[in-house]
Amino acid sequence: MTKLMTGLSLVVPVLFLLSLTLGPAEVSAGDSLAALFSDDYGPLSLVMREIRLPRSVLAVLIGAGLGLAGAAMQGYLRNPLAEPGLIGVSSSAALGAVFAINTGLATGMALGLPIAALAGALIGVGLVLLLAGPQGGSITLILAGIAISAMAGALTSLVLNLSPNPFAANEIVFWMMGSLADRSMLHVWLVLPFVAVGAVILLRLGRGLDALTLGEDAAQSMGVNLNRLRLMLVFGTASVVGGATAIAGAIGFIGLVVPHILRPFVHGQPSRLLWVSALGGAVMLQLADIAVRVILPTRDLKLGVVTALVGAPLFLHLIYKTRKGQG
Amino acid sequence: MSVLRVANLCVVRRNRPVLRDVSFEINPGEFVGLLGPNGAGKTSLMRAALGLMEAQGQSSLANLTAADRARAVAWMPQSREIAWPVPVERLVALGRIPHLPGGGRLPPKDQEIVERALARMDLGALRSRAASRLSGGEQARALIARALAQDTPFLMADEPAAGLDPAHQIGTMQMFAALAREGRSAFVSLHDLGLAARHCTRLILLADGGVLADGPPDAVLTPDLMARAFGISVWHEHTAAGPVFQPLEVL
Repeated sequence: MTKLMTGLSLVVPVLFLLSLTLGPAEVSAGDSLAALFSDDYGPLSLVMREIRLPRSVLAVLIGAGLGLAGAAMQGYLRNPLAEPGLIGVSSSAALGAVFAINTGLATGMALGLPIAALAGALIGVGLVLLLAGPQGGSITLILAGIAISAMAGALTSLVLNLSPNPFAANEIVFWMMGSLADRSMLHVWLVLPFVAVGAVILLRLGRGLDALTLGEDAAQSMGVNLNRLRLMLVFGTASVVGGATAIAGAIGFIGLVVPHILRPFVHGQPSRLLWVSALGGAVMLQLADIAVRVILPTRDLKLGVVTALVGAPLFLHLIYKTRKGQG
Repeated sequence: MSVLRVANLCVVRRNRPVLRDVSFEINPGEFVGLLGPNGAGKTSLMRAALGLMEAQGQSSLANLTAADRARAVAWMPQSREIAWPVPVERLVALGRIPHLPGGGRLPPKDQEIVERALARMDLGALRSRAASRLSGGEQARALIARALAQDTPFLMADEPAAGLDPAHQIGTMQMFAALAREGRSAFVSLHDLGLAARHCTRLILLADGGVLADGPPDAVLTPDLMARAFGISVWHEHTAAGPVFQPLEVL
């Protein structure tokens, strides 16, 4: 477990450096890293600081957030198939973004798109909490999340359907595939507080999630306040996933696959899985973001496409393994 | 001072009264068996007494704050949930949650309590196996050990002996009786009347939403009360090997 943590903690900075030195410009790794800290390199310094640095930072931040939120959600629902999008945040954030693109808000204002997406996430999570009620178990939360996801999905389709402008429709479709290309430091500063606050909330849930291993009744009798736990989980997840979706679009599979892969290494204990999944999520998104630049550097390959292409077969493998274990 | 005092407890579920005016008190050193036919409200009584479900009336445990309650009573629910493939020793260590600030290694004193719980439930050989992959009876033993590790003066368990093999059924009942002799208390629902007759210090018989009888096993396991509560005839004798109780026929 500690070996795994150390290993992952070492891989994250290595990938970070690799990501920083990767780009279409033919520059040596040493030069590009030096340009990050010195103004002597002219335009290269600008490229490093305003294009590559935010991209690399966002990959770590968003990957870690998605991995962590996935581990927390699976721990809370006691289901390895749960993913953070289940409570409707990512689809309502996407609806906000789509609205911004369609109305021209995205181009009219520097951070118009992410802010609209965050507003969408906020409304979505508010509705989910309202629907699920202040009390009750995990089932009402899932049902409310599914209802809101379906509603947001339908409205997104409606916007696409009625979009008078084919370019806007095109842009919407591409945005929804998820990407970290062409983000600025402004995006980093916008998403950082959301991911940080959400992560702090989620990382503190370990005890309650451990107790929930024994079911809701037993957890409650051990002094865990389930209503508070659920509220914190929803807020934390909404903050992380809402922020991540607002900046990067819909990036699936990380919150689902990463905790699932890492669970055996922590002997299934939900509290230990939180930190490990955050690191694992950062590694997976960094790898995916490096892959989109290496595999098809000239075509704008989207991140969400790659994570799904890698994630789905991984998942199939896991299903196969589970099936063999049962047989 | 009693470990649980219930007064005029009423439970209504979906407009159907489940329990009416239940009152009793459990004192240190008692091993109380809760008997009653299916649907008599045994689980509802235990959950309401713990404050886990809505109820009218008084329960000394339900009045406590969640944190205080977790140090006053350990609860083993009937549904034996183990969500993740956690090793048995870590599962048992979850019982220490109410006593620890959270995270990190188990302090030596807590580790000792966990070891004692593992030993008491005969789990030494299973300690590193994944709890969710054990057999039903083994899971039940691990969950009883988890409740023991909470190290509370009072232990409540909903059908802890169901699904155990005879040796572990007897072992589990003897363990509860031993806890009672140490000055702690146990409140355990049971369907095996023979086990109840041999091991409990006191029995509470629920039927028709109320307490039909409450007293020492001999006073509760009478042919008349058994006929009224379960509709069965019984054979109950004191032998050289202790009390023997056997249900015979449906009346």
